[in-house]
Amino acid sequence: MIKAILVFNNHGKPRLIRFYQYFPEDMQQQIIRETFHLVSKRDDNVCNFLEGGSLIGGSDYKLIYRHYATLYFVFCVDSSESELGILDLIQVFVETLDKCFENVCELDLIFHMDKVHYILQEVVMGGMVLETNMNEIVGQVENQSRLEKSEGGLSGAPARAVSAVKNMNLPEIPRNINIGDINIKVPNLSPFV
Amino acid sequence: MALKMVKGSIDRMFDKNLQDLVRGIRNHKEDEAKYISTCIDEIKQELKQDNIAVKANAVCKLTYLQMLGYDVSWAAFNIIEVMSSSKFTYKRIGYLAASQCFHEGTDVIMLTTNQIRKDLSSPNQYDTGVALTGLSCFVTPDLARDLANDIMTLMSHTKPYIRKKAVLIMYKVFLKYPESLRPAFPRLKEKLEDPDPGVQSAAVNVICELARRNPKNYLSLAPLFFKLMTSSTNNWVLIKIIKLFGALTPLEPRLGKKLIEPLTNLIHSTSAMSLLYECVNTVIAVLISLSSGMPNHSASIQLCVQKLRILIEDSDQNLKYLGLLAMSKILKTHPKSVQSHKDLILQCLDDKDESIRLRALDLLYGMVSKKNLMEIVKKLMIHVDKAEGTTYRDELLTKIIDICSQSNYQYITNFEWYISILVELTRLEGTRHGHLIASQMLDVAIRVKAIRGFAVAQMAMLLDNAHLLAGNTQRNGICEVLYAAAWICGEFSEHLEDPLQTLEAMLRPKVTTLPGHIQAVYVQNAVKLFAAVLTRRETAGEKQAAQETTEMLIEKLPQFVQSADLEVQERASCILQLVKYIQKLQAKEVSVAEEVTALFAGELNPVAPKAQKKVPVPEGLDLDAWINEPPSESESEDEKPKAIFQEDEPKHSRPRLTELDEQELARRREARKQEQANNPFYIKSSPSPQKSYQDTPGVDHIPVVQIDLTVPLKVPGMPISDQYLKLEEERRLKQKQEKKDKKKKKKKEKHGKSRRHDSAHTESEEDIAPAQRVDIVTEEMPENALPSDEDDKDSNDPYKALDIDLDNLVSGGGAYRPLADSEKLPVRTHRPSRTEGLKSPDVDTTAEEQRPKKSKEKDKKKDKERKKSKEEKKKKKRKKSAPTEELEEEEQQHQGEQAEDKISTEDTSEAKEAKTNDVPAAVPTEASDLDFWLATAPVPSKPQQQPLEAVPLSEPESPKESEKDQEESKSSKHKKKKHKKEKEEKKSKKKRHRSENVESEAAVHNGTAEEEEEEPLPPMSNYCLLAENSYIKMVYDIQGNLQDGSQVVVSVIFENNCTDFLKSMEFNVLDSLNTRLVRPSGASVHDGIAVPFQLPPGVSNEARFVFTVQSIVMPQKLKGTLTFIVKTEDGSTHEKLDFKLHFTCTSYLITTPCYSDAFAKLLESEELKVNALKLDSINMPFHHLLAKICFHHHFSVVERIDSCASMYSRSIQGHHVCLLVKSGDNSVSIDAKCNEPSLLSHVLEEIKQTFTTAS
Repeated sequence: MIKAILVFNNHGKPRLIRFYQYFPEDMQQQIIRETFHLVSKRDDNVCNFLEGGSLIGGSDYKLIYRHYATLYFVFCVDSSESELGILDLIQVFVETLDKCFENVCELDLIFHMDKVHYILQEVVMGGMVLETNMNEIVGQVENQSRLEKSEGGLSGAPARAVSAVKNMNLPEIPRNINIGDINIKVPNLSPFV
Repeated sequence: MALKMVKGSIDRMFDKNLQDLVRGIRNHKEDEAKYISTCIDEIKQELKQDNIAVKANAVCKLTYLQMLGYDVSWAAFNIIEVMSSSKFTYKRIGYLAASQCFHEGTDVIMLTTNQIRKDLSSPNQYDTGVALTGLSCFVTPDLARDLANDIMTLMSHTKPYIRKKAVLIMYKVFLKYPESLRPAFPRLKEKLEDPDPGVQSAAVNVICELARRNPKNYLSLAPLFFKLMTSSTNNWVLIKIIKLFGALTPLEPRLGKKLIEPLTNLIHSTSAMSLLYECVNTVIAVLISLSSGMPNHSASIQLCVQKLRILIEDSDQNLKYLGLLAMSKILKTHPKSVQSHKDLILQCLDDKDESIRLRALDLLYGMVSKKNLMEIVKKLMIHVDKAEGTTYRDELLTKIIDICSQSNYQYITNFEWYISILVELTRLEGTRHGHLIASQMLDVAIRVKAIRGFAVAQMAMLLDNAHLLAGNTQRNGICEVLYAAAWICGEFSEHLEDPLQTLEAMLRPKVTTLPGHIQAVYVQNAVKLFAAVLTRRETAGEKQAAQETTEMLIEKLPQFVQSADLEVQERASCILQLVKYIQKLQAKEVSVAEEVTALFAGELNPVAPKAQKKVPVPEGLDLDAWINEPPSESESEDEKPKAIFQEDEPKHSRPRLTELDEQELARRREARKQEQANNPFYIKSSPSPQKSYQDTPGVDHIPVVQIDLTVPLKVPGMPISDQYLKLEEERRLKQKQEKKDKKKKKKKEKHGKSRRHDSAHTESEEDIAPAQRVDIVTEEMPENALPSDEDDKDSNDPYKALDIDLDNLVSGGGAYRPLADSEKLPVRTHRPSRTEGLKSPDVDTTAEEQRPKKSKEKDKKKDKERKKSKEEKKKKKRKKSAPTEELEEEEQQHQGEQAEDKISTEDTSEAKEAKTNDVPAAVPTEASDLDFWLATAPVPSKPQQQPLEAVPLSEPESPKESEKDQEESKSSKHKKKKHKKEKEEKKSKKKRHRSENVESEAAVHNGTAEEEEEEPLPPMSNYCLLAENSYIKMVYDIQGNLQDGSQVVVSVIFENNCTDFLKSMEFNVLDSLNTRLVRPSGASVHDGIAVPFQLPPGVSNEARFVFTVQSIVMPQKLKGTLTFIVKTEDGSTHEKLDFKLHFTCTSYLITTPCYSDAFAKLLESEELKVNALKLDSINMPFHHLLAKICFHHHFSVVERIDSCASMYSRSIQGHHVCLLVKSGDNSVSIDAKCNEPSLLSHVLEEIKQTFTTAS
């Protein structure tokens, strides 16, 4: 079972959190902080498994993570999951994000947290691995976006127009986005599975 | 500027969306909290609006804020509103928010049940999918109970996308509602062979999770998994299965033997590291489960170790880590094969990666020997010095202690060295493990008598330098060692060189800053030291000096009397009085030393940690009973600080002895000596404890004082352990030399060697003689201690509830236990009318599904008896519940029937069937019999496993066998009975189809008018026969779709009647203008729908088909065909079966509860048309009649007064149907009202049909 999936950036800002066991919000934030603290002090060339993390889990649980450019993807899993398998699953997840967002970068995750969740829902469900085949995942995600489009989407046309108006008048916006050109490079790792 | 104003106004018109919110937060870095709070206010406004789009947008933003740590549970109700939107876009947002912030404590969650149910049965697969995903995150026991049946049906959905989600979520349902496991398990097992790999993978996943917690219940699935393992190519599935086997093998060694070969092949063939690793892991598990004495498995071990070495040597840190992890598992059973890779593991200790170092540390535990212990510990000590993080350092510390103390200090040859290591460890700053070091010091000092002198000297030095340890509060953890130091110095004060100095050290004012429990020990042991000082002074005749010591004590003790700690205070004041008394005596020139020493005479033995627990409770002693009635609660005991060491306990009683007079004291001492002499557990002091210490070469000439000169920078007086290493090497060298000499001398005379030499040639490391002859005192246990080593299992384990025996559900012959009534899943349909006695159709089907799976009876006797007793228990249980009497009677009836030879042709054929099932040969489902399957493995003959082997039934010669056969026949009779009963049920179903109701007959038999209220209802089922031929049988039921007024769902149960495999089933009907089969988009009206499963012989399964109807006022019949392929041994044939689907008007009705006042209003309204019906010669109990109408015609009872009842139902298109049922003598009249006369007349016609055919 997967107990939690956390995505945060190099500064510990959460970009996606998904707990499969209930924790109150303040506890969730504490777990993110602790996990970030554990993960961030590790070099890039050490192993991707971490024991400990007192808040979440216990002796049976492990943190398995990958670090891509500005983001950490951390899975907290118990001993029923294969360590290398989960590493590979993270890779699948990130590659799927890459496909769905076309060269995914941190900004995509920031502004489309909901969409990232929907993609994750096709990979992991209730703490169990649902699908590992990337084409299948992408296919289902696209079908659902198509369905959403046919319904007119959430904001619809008028809101989009408004957002265009807002954008044209706000010179400070681009200044804050400029970290976004660092794409998450998805390395072509030889898959384990 | 103008633009900004425009923007502002537009802003107010249109709300922020998620992107705007994120952007806003990023623009307000300085006052983020303030900005967010205004946003939340906005969101609250938006949630108040009626527009669902606005609400959904707001909920979406809340989900984002939840991620940032804001509690959004206040919006739970709004989230539910958004969830219930009909648009997928909004629904998805709602479910996402719910899955992020709902949990079992969310109270509004119960409002979602119906919404979720609606979504689950939605025709849009993504609505269903999104609901399943959401539910998987917030399922509660209530939701699980209410929705279990809906989800179970989804497991056979036509779309694999839904199937796999439904299968996965079942695990969550099982966890929350364990009762659902048994009914759902057959279907879950079926999904292991689903044609879609995703569904298969999901099923494997769920069963692996279940099996991990309670492996023994899933052993019977091993053959199936074995098949999957050898056939599957999906690595993800393979990994799961292989992991599962790892959990199963400890329970069944034969399974392990069968596994080794395919696993070894996989190890050799696979290129995927993850798979390789899991294979190695499972092989290790297998090897652990097998007895290690098997010679032919050493190759497997070698293979594993060799592969792991490759992993560890890999540059990829992940593989290195995992390699070490797996290596530690081998270590437990095959330490030798790991030890040969010591170099590699020691190398990993220097790795820059902490995770890897920790793993390597674990392995070290098994690497040490007498030879290398010092060396390894030295290396670790260097790491301790270098370690930067406290966690890693603490880990190192515990590991050092673990390694050294393992198996009763087996590997320690020189305890002086060990004490010095412990003393060195006290220099660690800020460690949490002070108490660990302390307990080691105590343990060694108490149990190794030879070391006491050295230990006491070291401890005295520690006490002298206590300020270094206790100096700052950060080091608090380490000051625990002072506890040990003080105690050791006091208890073994006879070894102290200068007790006065130590006494002074212990009475320094600084001591009062120590924690209370340490001060208490200080005070107590100060007196012991005092006694020692007095003795020395008096024997030396220095009375003056003795008196000075007493004065010093009187002067210093008051600082403890003022202590805030009660324990310290009490002890100090008690001792102060004692010392004052001694002072008086001393003034009278009385020698007191002997008496004071006598206070502390006697020896303390170490007590095993569990000793207290193991004292058996004497007979007749009730520990819970009050000795005296409890006084009013005003009295409260002072809580003593918890003593952390058991050794301390006996001392509490000592101060009290001071009041005893000398005679008494002497008497007691004598008694104690007597007792000790008789106590076999008491280890008497060796005649000369120092002797062995003296005569070992190399150690005796290390004067302690000399060493403390050599280490000026450290805590003064502490010898450094490294020196011991050198000395040890020298010593060993010397020993070797000596031995060589001896060997040369004694080459010819092999006898007469010393004891040590006898064992010397076995192992080179045994050569090393310990520096001290160690007399390790074993820990004391009470006499007749109870041998209960098992630690109590955690009763709160949530998985315990899932420990459900599934064997008799899946395989197993006569002892097969069908689902009991109480085990059925709650089904939504007809709920308002159901009483306990009613069987839900679904349970019927599951029971039916399993029955044919019965294979030959090969169960062991034991097994059978167990199951039998269970059976009986169940029966007893049933007796208590309402519907039993009748069942029992029915059973008797059947027996009678059998005896009277009145079996119908149908019955005989079935009996035959049952018989063929009993014959061991010619059973196609051989693989399902675990024992048989395992027995085919090449088993090396091992006597103790013989009884485990399955004995073929065809050998009834031996007496045991015949006995077993008897048992067999008994149970098969039992089974037949059961069989019959079931057949009867089935028959009744068939008969009903032929318009002939057996149940009502039964009711007539049993029901007498007097006790009609208590009398239970006969089982009912709505499934009626659709078509049947020699291959397949179909029964069906039609139900309206609550959500969609134009749809009905036809549930068809397909049952394989033949012994061949049926596949590629396609279901097709000829659509009429009014009624059409809903086909997947893109399919033409002539295409059939593929049935989403295949049918192995004897298996049945249910599929659902959706039809759209336009007008529901008339019943209708549709012609259809089922085509399928029969796969026989010689080939396959295409077959088809025609059928007619009968859509009755009843099937358009949906059970809808109605309140009596609403009902009355409805009747008053003009629109309803009236119709009436009179049924003659009905002589069934009235409540049976009502139940039948409710069940078969989807009505609910609004009100019932005596023999008169009003009933209500609604059609899927919203027509109201009201009935007034009155019962007279032998007749029943029904008045009915409905706003659609045609519908009403047809419904009445159908009701009439039901009852006329029945009676």
